[in-house]
Order: sequence, then C-alpha cells, then structure tokens
Amino acid sequence: MPTAPRPVDRPRPVYLDLFHIRQPIPAIVSILHRVSGALLFLIGIPLGLWALQTSLLSAEGFERVHDAFTSPLAKLVLLVLAWSFFHHLIAGVRHLLADVHIGLDLPAARRSAAIAFVLALLLTLAVGARLW
Amino acid sequence: MVTQKVGVGAHYGLRDWLAQRITAVVITLYVALVIVMMFARGGEPVDHAAWHSLFARGWFRVVSFVFLIAVYYHAWVGLRNIFMDYVKPTGVRLLLQTLVICALIGYTGWAIQVLWGIA
Repeated sequence: MPTAPRPVDRPRPVYLDLFHIRQPIPAIVSILHRVSGALLFLIGIPLGLWALQTSLLSAEGFERVHDAFTSPLAKLVLLVLAWSFFHHLIAGVRHLLADVHIGLDLPAARRSAAIAFVLALLLTLAVGARLW
Repeated sequence: MVTQKVGVGAHYGLRDWLAQRITAVVITLYVALVIVMMFARGGEPVDHAAWHSLFARGWFRVVSFVFLIAVYYHAWVGLRNIFMDYVKPTGVRLLLQTLVICALIGYTGWAIQVLWGIA
C-alpha cells in the first residue's frame, strides 16, 4: 500500500546520465552480476536442461551434446555462458561475504570487485583455451 | 531534485532477500560438490557410462533436484528485481513476471522428467 509522500531530510539531486557517470569498479561488477544472471536464466537454464537430458538419454545423445559445441558460434555461446557462470558465482560469493560484514570498507570493496572481475575473466579464458 | 519519498510495496522484501542468499548458498554447495567429485576421478574423462551411473543414484537425483529448484527460486527473485528496476509500465512488468513464472514451472516439470526419466 502506498503511503503518503513524506518530505526527504535534504533534497537530493537527480543525475542519472549513465554515459556521463564514471562507473567505479564495484558498480561495473554489480551491473555485470545482473547481466550474467539474466543470461544464465535466458540461455543457461534451458540449454543446461537440454544438455543434461540428451547426454543422459544414450551414448549417442552424450556424443550429440559434445558435437553440438564444435561450431565456432556454439563455442562462443558456451564461452559467454561460462563467463556468466563464473562472474555470477564469484560476484555472488562477494555479496555473501559482504552480508557477513567482510570487506565492507571502500578500499577492500574496490579490491574484491577487481578480483571478482579479473578472476571470472581468467577462468573464462581457461575454458576458451580448452574449447579451441 | 527529489523532494518527496513514497513508501510502497507488500513488505516481502526481507523474505526474498533472505531466500536469495539461502538459495545462493545451496547452489554454491552443489557446484562445490560437483567440482570435488570431478577431482575425485583423478582427471579421468567423463564418458556416458560414468555420467549415467552418477545420475542413476537416488541421492544424486534428489540433490540435483534441490539444486535446480534453488536455481529457479533464485532466478525468480533476481529477474523480479530487474523488472522492478527497469520496467516501469505495470502491464508490461506483470506480463514479463508471468512469463518467467510460467517458464520456471515448465522447467520444474522438465527437471523431474530428466532426473527421474533416466532409464
């Protein structure tokens, strides 16, 4: 239920031009957490269920899933999903640590954001090296 | 300038916030379990027989199902947050939320079919 509007303590400016705000690294990691989560829902879940079902069906099905990821386009999709998975998982663990008050001060938060960002890219790179 | 603030909502924010964390922990534990099990194989490649026998175990089906339900609930809270932040027209937001719920219910049925339909 909406309550009656109340005056704010101090008037706050509205400045939401995303292309003019220089985003700090925690903000970048945060928005990528959303993007990666959306990708995991849109592509990850249905593709994962299909792969699990087909690979369990028979030895031929297992091979079919394997062969499905041989074309460059399919590999690219898999790579994007791998990045989404790693970034979402690591940034998520970072959130859980913040919930128990670990790494809350600004330098620590910036550092852990940078670590999450880089670590996800490195793991994605490792997957890419295996795929190609 | 923002001069007014309006209190809105059904006040289930805390429940969803907590559910997002609990499901996140369940998902992370399952991922850790799978990684440990892969390392326990000592680098031996997974073939269809090994894959099939893993999912033939009753406890692993149940654990995998719990993992998938955690993923679905987690996805619902996350997507709802995204829609609430970026999709302003109520009708469009309602439609998107309905589509996500229908998809997740469908995925639940699919998960049961996959996990308990194994020959």
